[in-house]
This record gives sequence, C-alpha cells and structure tokens, in this order.
Amino acid sequence: MNAQEIAALLTEKFGGRIIESKSDGINPYSIVDPAAILEISRFLCSDERLALDHLELLGGADYKDRIEVVYVLYSMKHHHRYTVKCRLPRENPSLQTVESVWKVANWHEREAFDMFGIVFEGHSDLRRILCPDDWEGYPLRKDYKYPTSYRDMPV
Amino acid sequence: MEVEYSGDVMTLNMGPQHPSTHGVLRLELKTDGEIVAAAIPHIGYLHRCFEKHVENVDYAGVVPYTDRMDYCAAMNMELGYVLAVEKLMGIEVNNRVRCIRIVMAELGRIASHLIAAGTYGNDIGSFTPFLWCFRDRERILDMFEETCGARLLYNYNWIGGLMFDIKPGFEDKLIEFLDYFEPQVDNLNRLLSDNWIFIKRTAEVGILSPETAISYGVTGPNLRGSGVKFDVRRDEPYLGYDEFDFEIPVGQGEYGPVGSCWDRYMVRIREVKESCKIIRQAVAKLTPGDVHESIPKRIKPPAGEIYMRTECPRGELGYYIVSDGGLKPYRLKVKSPCFTVMSAFEEVSRGAMISDVIAILGSFDIVLGEIDR
Repeated sequence: MNAQEIAALLTEKFGGRIIESKSDGINPYSIVDPAAILEISRFLCSDERLALDHLELLGGADYKDRIEVVYVLYSMKHHHRYTVKCRLPRENPSLQTVESVWKVANWHEREAFDMFGIVFEGHSDLRRILCPDDWEGYPLRKDYKYPTSYRDMPV
Repeated sequence: MEVEYSGDVMTLNMGPQHPSTHGVLRLELKTDGEIVAAAIPHIGYLHRCFEKHVENVDYAGVVPYTDRMDYCAAMNMELGYVLAVEKLMGIEVNNRVRCIRIVMAELGRIASHLIAAGTYGNDIGSFTPFLWCFRDRERILDMFEETCGARLLYNYNWIGGLMFDIKPGFEDKLIEFLDYFEPQVDNLNRLLSDNWIFIKRTAEVGILSPETAISYGVTGPNLRGSGVKFDVRRDEPYLGYDEFDFEIPVGQGEYGPVGSCWDRYMVRIREVKESCKIIRQAVAKLTPGDVHESIPKRIKPPAGEIYMRTECPRGELGYYIVSDGGLKPYRLKVKSPCFTVMSAFEEVSRGAMISDVIAILGSFDIVLGEIDR
C-alpha cells in the first residue's frame, strides 16, 4: 500500500481520532489522538493489509509549544512504511505505552522518558536509560538548563 | 526457555570494565549457580548526548560527530547521515561519487566484520584469528588513510560529495587487496568457523527466533542470522545498490537451530565475500567526474522532516532529521541498530550459562559508542 492508501484506511477506521494526515512529501505521516495510540498501534501491527510489524524508530521532539512523539513503522511483509505522530502538551506529557505491540518500544520509550520526560503509562520498567538515575531535567528539551555540577562535581 | 531455579539467586556484575563486553557495558546477572536467571543490561556509560550537540552545529559540522558513534564503521555512519541530508535537500550526486561511496562503505563493512569475527574468536578462546583479522584490517585502514588522511574517524563523506577524490592507482591497489583477501576468508573459515570447539561453543546457544527478532527491532546480520532475508541495500535501495549483483546470506542452521550465535557469526563472514563482489563491480563502474561538483555553497535544507536508513555493518542505521529551514538541524534522532539488539539481550540470554552470556553478547557484535551516543 502507498501512503495515501494507508492514510485513507486509517481515517476510515478511526475517523476523528486521526487529527491530520499529510500523505504526500518525502515523509508521509498522520497525527493521531494520543488517547487512542495503543488501539491504533494494535491495528497498524496486526491488520493484514498493513502488517507494520517493525518499529524502526520511536522518539520525541520538542517544538517549544508542544512535544511530539514519532513512531516510524515498516512492514517486513509488504515493504511499505508509515509514520505516526502524537502531539502532547509540554506540561506533564503522557500517553499509553505500546510495549505490548512492539517489544522494542520498551527501551525506546525509556529513552524518550529520559530525554523529554514523556511518561508512558503502563510501562513495565520506566527508568532513565542513558543518563544516571538521579539526573535532573530532560536534556533534549529546548529550554534545558545545563547543570553546573553533578553530585558536587563540577561538569 | 523455561528453567527451574533451585538455590539462592546471586547478583553478579559483569562490567562496566570487562574485556568481553566490548566497551563500557554493565550486565547485572542474576545467577543460580552457573545458570543466568536474568541478565539486565545497564547502558549509558558512554553517553555524551550527541543529539543535543548536533542541534548546536551546522549540518556539515555534524559529520565528524557521526563518526564517533560507531567508531568501528565510521564510513558507514557518516554515509547514512549525508544521504539523509541530501535527500532532504534534493541533491543528486554524480556516478563517480556514488561508486566511491559504495567502495568505501563496503570496505568499512569488511573492516567492521573483521573486528567482529576476530574479537568473537578471542571471546570464545581462540587468539590466532584475532591477529589474522587485524592484520587484514590494517590494509583496509591503510587505504582509508591514503584517501582521506585518517585511519579511524574519517569525515570523508560530505553533503553533496566527498572530501577528496581517490588517489591515482587506488583502483589497482584495491583489486590487489581483494585478490589477496578473498582466499584469507577461506583460511579464516578453516581456522575458526569450522573449528569443532568453536561450533560447540556457539551453535546451540542464544537462539533468536525470527518473530522475536522482528518484534525487538533487530536488524542487519543479527536478523539475517535468524533466517529473515532482509537487507536495506536490496529492499529499499539507496546509492543504486539495486544495480549490483550480490547475494544476501542468511542463517541456515548447519550445526544447530537457526538463529544461533554461530549463524549470526557466519552471516558476517559470508557478507564479507559479498562485499568483495560489490567492490569489484563498483570499481568497474567508476567513471571520471568531479567529486566536489554537487557540494552546495550553503547547506540550508527546506523546512521539513525525513527518515532515512542505510545498511550498516551492525544493522539498519536510521536518521530522523527535522529541519526548520535554518542552518542547524532542529532535531536529529538516530536509530541505532546496537541499541535495539541490546534490548533483546535479556530475553535471549535467559536460562543460559554464564560463559554463554559472553558468546551471545559477542555474536550480537555491539559497539557501545553507538548504543549510548
């Protein structure tokens, strides 16, 4: 399926929960309702026509007025790809985990939590992964203040 | 694998400073006697927040940073990045740049797989293959040095072109090297791959099923070792790889179940031979041209975003770049193949012996610089 067909299928199935689709351009994507991400993910992975079984990338991005979570998906069976995004507020961003759909999401979500402070509800082990456990702040946020010391050591 | 545990569970830290973890990785082993009930990886010791750094340098300045992710295959790291930016800007490179890039990428793949095979033999207890592999890798590094002056971190692929053209006579040296090197692969097979002790240590250990591999986002030789015939070079071609004739080796399970450590190791050895084939074809396709022809005066991609992936020695390396139309990347996210394979480690190593943990980890061929970024 090409991007237009995937976007049309998603709109047909989920209606208003697909907020916006941009199916032309070099990286076609759909912006979906964060509250429905788990349901949509299950459909994307298990539907025979889509079979997007390979989660290539899950990451956050800070746009100053919002935080986005990006899911880049690929189908090993049909060799097509699609990108799904969720927009979250900058204050206490949270959405459901998709760990049950793609196992690799476990570590990717930990990284997004570590770097952006996005809380994935229902995650089995939501700890920092790259930074130390007692690190303060979320480094990839645009307003991140560089610390001057860590455990009384100047950095 | 279901294992019954009897005695007391002991926690054993393997690493961060351990010769067989291939870098600063800590494995928290919960052991019951010799059996590993759980192996929890702790990463981040090499974290330098690459993704934050690159938001503060211009697009061309990011290339040296990408080198420092997977320092064993720096050529392939920078290639993925420059291809992503070129696609975002709509730059087309000429045939000469394309062919030289393919030659360098495949040489980088051979050099990287030689490290993988050599150190893997070393982990299992065989020292000679390590020396043989590093001897041959030296010759590849010599060729890189002759071309761009650096032996490890090259900054050779530039956005829109290359740093330098290859030196006159480089093609002859390359063919001479391949003529020397291809029989060496067979020697390595005689010494290590078909060695019965080596097979016994690896062939029935660390089974990774295709379904588990795909769910954990495992890519590259580790995925192909599980019998999944998937290679970005063939299935989503870039740089015109589709014009080249090469096989995609997959794990066949000659000495045990498919997806074992031996299969993953053997896929790499077979890939080395395919890379030699690709290099020979790329040299034949070389045409005269200017390698600086398409380098833009000012690198300022239009606002937008792109996800581009390439086949690195360790799997699919993806760059997700968001541009706001400025001179610096607004957001750059790297999908690291070692990061995803490491997330599967806990499941693969459950129930293994402590010595097998080393065998499994070595067969994944991880580089911590890329996991931690």
